[in-house]
Amino acid sequence: MPDLLLELRSEEIPARMQRKAAGDLKKMVADGLVEAGLTYEAAREYWTPRRLTLDIRGLTARSRDVQEERRGPSTKAPEQAIAGFLRSAGLSDIGQAEIQSDPRKGDFYIARISKPGRAAEEIIAELIPAVIRAFPWPKSMRWGPASARPGSLHWVRPLQSIVCTFGPETEEPMVVDFEVGGIRSGNVTYGHRFHAPEAISVRRFEDYVAKLEAAKVVLDADRRKEIILADARNLAFANGLELVEDEGLLEEVSGLVEWPVVLLGEFEQDFLDIPAEVIRLTIRANQKCFVTRVQDEAENLSNRFILVANIEAKDGGKEIAHGNGKVVRARLSDAVHFWKTDQANVPDLGLLTASAERFGLDLAKPLDQRMARLDHLGVTFHAKLGTQGQRVERIARLAREIAPIVGADPELAARAAVLAKADLQTEIVGEFPELQGAMGRKYAALQGEDASVAAAIEEHYKPQGPSDRVPADPVSVAIALADKLDTLVGFWAIDEKPTGSKDPFALRRAALGVIRIVVENGVRLGLSDQFSHAATPILQGRLLDLPTVDLLSFFHDRLKVYLRDQGARHDLIDAVLAAGSHLISPSRGEIALSSNDDLLMIVRRVEALGKFLDSEDGKNLLAGTKRAANILAAEEKKKTRIADAVDPGLLAENTEKKLFAAVNQAEKEAGQAIQNEDFSAAMLALSALREPVDTFFEDVLVNAEDEAVRANRLALLARIRAATDQVADFSRIAG
Amino acid sequence: MTVKLPAHMHPSRSFQGLILTLHEYWANYGCVVLQPYDLEVGAGTFHPATTLRALGPKPWNAAYVQPSRRPKDGRYGENPNRLQHYYQYQVILKPNPVNLQELYLGSLDAIGVDPLLHDIRFVEDDWESPTLGAWGLGWECWCDGMEVSQFTYFQQVCGIECAPVAGELTYGLERLAMYVQGVDNVYDLNFNGREGAEKVTYGDVFLQAEQEYSRYNFEHADTAMLLKHFEDAEAECEALLKAGADRVDGKPHQMVLPAYDQCIKASHVFNLLDARGVISVTERQSYILRVRNLSRQCGEAFLQTEAGGFGYIGEAA
Repeated sequence: MPDLLLELRSEEIPARMQRKAAGDLKKMVADGLVEAGLTYEAAREYWTPRRLTLDIRGLTARSRDVQEERRGPSTKAPEQAIAGFLRSAGLSDIGQAEIQSDPRKGDFYIARISKPGRAAEEIIAELIPAVIRAFPWPKSMRWGPASARPGSLHWVRPLQSIVCTFGPETEEPMVVDFEVGGIRSGNVTYGHRFHAPEAISVRRFEDYVAKLEAAKVVLDADRRKEIILADARNLAFANGLELVEDEGLLEEVSGLVEWPVVLLGEFEQDFLDIPAEVIRLTIRANQKCFVTRVQDEAENLSNRFILVANIEAKDGGKEIAHGNGKVVRARLSDAVHFWKTDQANVPDLGLLTASAERFGLDLAKPLDQRMARLDHLGVTFHAKLGTQGQRVERIARLAREIAPIVGADPELAARAAVLAKADLQTEIVGEFPELQGAMGRKYAALQGEDASVAAAIEEHYKPQGPSDRVPADPVSVAIALADKLDTLVGFWAIDEKPTGSKDPFALRRAALGVIRIVVENGVRLGLSDQFSHAATPILQGRLLDLPTVDLLSFFHDRLKVYLRDQGARHDLIDAVLAAGSHLISPSRGEIALSSNDDLLMIVRRVEALGKFLDSEDGKNLLAGTKRAANILAAEEKKKTRIADAVDPGLLAENTEKKLFAAVNQAEKEAGQAIQNEDFSAAMLALSALREPVDTFFEDVLVNAEDEAVRANRLALLARIRAATDQVADFSRIAG
Repeated sequence: MTVKLPAHMHPSRSFQGLILTLHEYWANYGCVVLQPYDLEVGAGTFHPATTLRALGPKPWNAAYVQPSRRPKDGRYGENPNRLQHYYQYQVILKPNPVNLQELYLGSLDAIGVDPLLHDIRFVEDDWESPTLGAWGLGWECWCDGMEVSQFTYFQQVCGIECAPVAGELTYGLERLAMYVQGVDNVYDLNFNGREGAEKVTYGDVFLQAEQEYSRYNFEHADTAMLLKHFEDAEAECEALLKAGADRVDGKPHQMVLPAYDQCIKASHVFNLLDARGVISVTERQSYILRVRNLSRQCGEAFLQTEAGGFGYIGEAA
């Protein structure tokens, strides 16, 4: 069966768009072919900076003939309806339609349309221009004389030529002829811009790839990546170095060259005095080069870097390496300048006294100056949540509150909080925002801060996601919690909550961060209290109300996601969170709510409940409790009277007397155990109910004839529900 | 299109030789070679030969050197790479010829950059000028890792769609000269190509100016006066546009170019105020919008002039 080769050659496509564009091309063309009634065996896409290529194998040469039956209106339908039917069925006269009878509806017209199959090349010639015109580039442009007219072709950069050949392996393939935006398809392409500027005629994919390779173009991006990586490793190794690998950079660089040539560049040793991360980012961001380490060095970089050129230079790449070295040097000089500036006095030191006093800063120290400056300049955090200075004040205050809870020294916590955002005013973080925290830590260490203060400056941003490391040092934990709670409470107070897929302030991540810090460090934290601590300065003098319950339920939702990811049963989490919902007394309802604001306890309860339900006692008690709950629910629906409390005098049978005694006992013991936060003991106490509950249902008829007895027995069932409800709402547990 | 200059004027030896070589190359292509615009601008794009001529349907090919002033980039002559006044070489071709990339590479070849010796790359860079209401797609052109030019296909200028699209090439002349001369400090560039006592360096010509203007830009510019200049330029621009539009029907707009001068002045005054640090973050946006508003009005008025295609029927097909 024939194969299709398509190449769209253009001026340089941005590296970050190439992979997706090639994938889009494959999908759009393949879908279009299938929709037109063709099938294919395999399709694969390729790309370089200057071309998107598609190789489709085993395409059917023609689409099948299609017989279609279209039902028309009744023979008695008005003329208009019949005319419409003729139009839609492509008939010129109603005589071409057949008449069919329906026993209920009478006679109606039917058209038999036969659509002959079409040649694949015809379908392709129609499809490709449509795909090109509708191509989903993130940003596209017009160009050349044609752009004087409206509706001219858009492409990511000027489109220069199109190769489109089609044919079976055994024959000379044909050019599928079409035109789009003034470009006519053909079988001619061009190789490397500088090494092979001559035209190349191609037939099919095999010779196309080979001819490109001969013209110094490696078509397959993954192969270019392999070449770069292997050559870079070898070149580094041969020079006693080790490549610092960087997948993102490798992907980008492979999209910047058609013929990768790896070279080694050099800069002065002196630059190695600045932090390795700064060197790496400077060289990566501006020059798209890889850094290296001396072999067997763990962290320190070497003064040589690896660059990827696009040509085999006449001089073996000396000039290229030399030129790149010069640029890298200029960039690193800037970085050194930033690094030194960040450790020198700020120019407006004289204006910072008031801010320094406000935060207890020592203006002799560089990082303290930066914090004072951040406050002094009134840099906005969020229009409705004040300046960065105000935010730092709030975080410091909250960190002090949280410190004793997590075992941190409140003074160190406050100091770390005050310096946590200071590096936002440093030159290096201005240049590389991704170094926020990391630079603050380095500068803090340089000015002699306590090690845990320095660490907290970096770690308070953690964890950044489900797999990031959770801070464990108490000072870090205090600042990390304070920072995240201030963010969450703040955005809740101004009603900027995440909606659907939109979460511009990363509030879900912040909540997950709080959850992971608390649970993985075993921290007991009453969230509601912390919400109100955090809210006090935010709400100051404003007529805003903090929706505490709403924020807590946001936390519960995030906790469910977290626990589910850890493999916990979804229904158990629901059951634990809903515990206490059947309690009648409003005062006890509050108790239940506040116990749900301690995330660690929720997790412990879910664990205990899971273990209990795995046991025989647990399973049976669950069945009995569910039975009680179902009966109650049914009777409640029927509005059957249920006594407010069990009247021991109305308990006739021995079994129900025993149950009543057991419920009283279990409720008391379980309640006590919960007070002591011993959930296993609470479960154990409840498991004593299993036997009397089972016997009760065997021996006693709840629906007694005597209305008072019935109401009393229902009250007894309600007590079973209430007793178990202290631990979890059993009705929400599956099975 | 080989360019013949005496040996000492070769771009690898002289800054002015670089300029002359580019002039000759683009003159040979058919560009009108213009002289710098006589007002302070932040980039060659502000020259009316680019901003305004990029609009409308008429073909236009021009090349010129434009001194560019960036008050904030001044370093008192102490930084080997940063200047508050430097030269851009600007080429504007409307509509862009289909071989614009090849033409550009040809110009590099003319100044002695061999593409089989040096690694020349087109790296994504989308250009945008908020004050001119302009944007385009293109690249930074890299030579051995150094950005030596900007290459842009204008899509919109003064908030108006370009039809047809113009191609703009902007060469950073000092950088390019430092590259071809193999010099690390801009002030060491050989300006006239002579040696010994006859040699004139870039520093001989500009170092004192960099020092003096840095003082002015950062310390002495009278901000109260500049604020007033901004207001005046804005008012004058709008008044001229209004007066020029007040015409008998069927006549072109009468006064776009003088109005556009005022827009340029407002933009430069804004840059000076910005360097003096008297514009807050929130005000900044509003100043940019005010300049953009002027440039938009100038662009719209320009379309009502002969150069802007007023009454233009197009070339015979």
